[in-house]
Amino acid sequence: MKKYIAKRILMSLLTLFLIIFVLFLLIRIMPGDPFSVERMSAEMILQKREELGLNKPVLVQFVDYLKLLASGSFGNGTALYNGAPIKPILMKCLETSFKIGGLSIIFGSVVGLLIGIVAALNRGKFLDGLCTVVSILGVCIPSYVFMIFLQYSFAHKIPFFPYFFDPSQYLFSSIMPALSLSLFSISTIARFTRNEMVEVMNSDYVKLAEAKGLYGFQLIRTHVLRNALIPIVTVIAPLVVDLLTGAMVIEKIYGISGAGKLMVDAISGQGIDYNYVLALGIVFSSMYIAVMLLLDILYGIIDPRIRLTTKEG
Amino acid sequence: MENIYTPDKNDFEFISGRDIEVDKNFSSQGYWKGVAVHFFRNRFAVTGLILVGVVITFAVFAPVFSSYTYEEIVSINDGGREVIAKSLSPQFSGDGSQNLFADKTFIFGTDDLGRDLWTRTWQGARVSLIIAFVAIFIDMLIGTSYGLISGFFGGNVDNIMQRFIEIASSIPTLVIISILAIFMEKGIGLVIASLLITEWIGMSKIARAECLKLREREYVLASRTLGAGSFHIIFKQILPNTIGPMITQVMFSIPVAIFTEAFLSFVGVGIVLPQCSLGSLIEAGFNNITILPYQILSPIAVLAILMLGFNLIGDGLREALAPKLENM
Repeated sequence: MKKYIAKRILMSLLTLFLIIFVLFLLIRIMPGDPFSVERMSAEMILQKREELGLNKPVLVQFVDYLKLLASGSFGNGTALYNGAPIKPILMKCLETSFKIGGLSIIFGSVVGLLIGIVAALNRGKFLDGLCTVVSILGVCIPSYVFMIFLQYSFAHKIPFFPYFFDPSQYLFSSIMPALSLSLFSISTIARFTRNEMVEVMNSDYVKLAEAKGLYGFQLIRTHVLRNALIPIVTVIAPLVVDLLTGAMVIEKIYGISGAGKLMVDAISGQGIDYNYVLALGIVFSSMYIAVMLLLDILYGIIDPRIRLTTKEG
Repeated sequence: MENIYTPDKNDFEFISGRDIEVDKNFSSQGYWKGVAVHFFRNRFAVTGLILVGVVITFAVFAPVFSSYTYEEIVSINDGGREVIAKSLSPQFSGDGSQNLFADKTFIFGTDDLGRDLWTRTWQGARVSLIIAFVAIFIDMLIGTSYGLISGFFGGNVDNIMQRFIEIASSIPTLVIISILAIFMEKGIGLVIASLLITEWIGMSKIARAECLKLREREYVLASRTLGAGSFHIIFKQILPNTIGPMITQVMFSIPVAIFTEAFLSFVGVGIVLPQCSLGSLIEAGFNNITILPYQILSPIAVLAILMLGFNLIGDGLREALAPKLENM
């Protein structure tokens, strides 16, 4: 098990390094540069480039950037916030995004699992149909459309929630964005849980357990859920990362100053902020890789067969 | 054992005049015919097909037959004056109510510049569908070839190709899109490019899995024995047998593509004015939502119908291609 984890961690670090390199390269070889927007004389641009080390070879720049990263900094912005250091701003935005994202993950997986289990236990009955309808709705309505709907009806028509995100009422104003973000996860998890549970419940070993006299909660917990859980974990993990994309729009709609909005600002403002794009790209990629790594380790814990085959191979 | 009897032609005789009964109930049936029967027996799948069909029909014909173009700012005659038809709620002529603009019909209303939303919505659906179809078609070509080649050759080729996929798939879509947004002009090209880069990976995974299954089959061995080259086997023998799962994957990818387009246009790096797509229409509607909420309704409805339709078709296809005993 230790060897398996070590191998996976090493692989992930290598991937992350490669990604940072590719991102850096892409951003450096990009046509145009950060100063083309401002009115500067040629000498000033040259001087500025020298100051920022942009006239060195790309590889040297990359090593410099790695050193910068290692010292726990992302450098300064080129267009946003008048070139202030990126890290404090990024941290603040990430914190906001994480809180809402975390809430929606918890909400999504708990509600999704519950709906899926209820549907599987009432297979073919009314509740099952209702759950199917909910999960279909979640798949075909984009989360931001749901957010617009929520905002229009529960903040505009019925002014119950604040119309825009209000940092002074953190939890209260996080409810609507978290709810709409979790819509897609709820439906995917519910549908998946239902199908997996039904499949496991039809399997021979569950029939045997039933024949031996097990019933109710104990049967579901020890025999059905544990085996149905492996495929479910596979869907949950990518959903966590997909939240990022959804969060980008929802943050725009609800005026939340989170990481997604920062990304939108960095790419669609008057001046594109190269350093923010790079920093956010690295943060998002490392989060994604971390989630995938966690997922792989979790597999090993939930299903011993996986780590055994890896050891042999 | 010398006198082994060899059957002779004269030992057999034709029985004429007797009906040879063919078992009609359990007669054998072609693979695709069976799939079609299963598919059309599924109520949800047929509903999906109808929904998508209706939207495509409107997207193709509605802009053609509309009296306005999608970028035309419509002026109307209001009691002798020429007025720009700005922000009119949906209204139907001839309903007898007090209708200022009774001589003009705007089924979905007009937007805040005075363009007919009916035309714009279907034009937007057309753009969204074209983007989705083009991007997913190219993705299918790339993904299938990549997956089949990787799966067929195995060994080191497979190893290297799979490592590449592993790295490519661990860059989040959002990051790829934002890098592209810096590189490229905003517009259709950007949307298609980001779909091309992200969507082929899923396809190649499925193609590879299918290929791993199929390459051990006897017909591949037979073909190889007869002297067929690898590429002949991959694209002439294995490819036709992967079509089923690939089509299913395409049906699930199209809504993703439509969604991505809508998302990009909403964020502001997608379709640029005066072009429109479902995403940019939703964005425009969102800006006026508190005063003119009807503007956002039509693009959202079309988007939701498309997503629902394609998902239902995909589900139906998946079941029809691999029917489970319990559903038969």
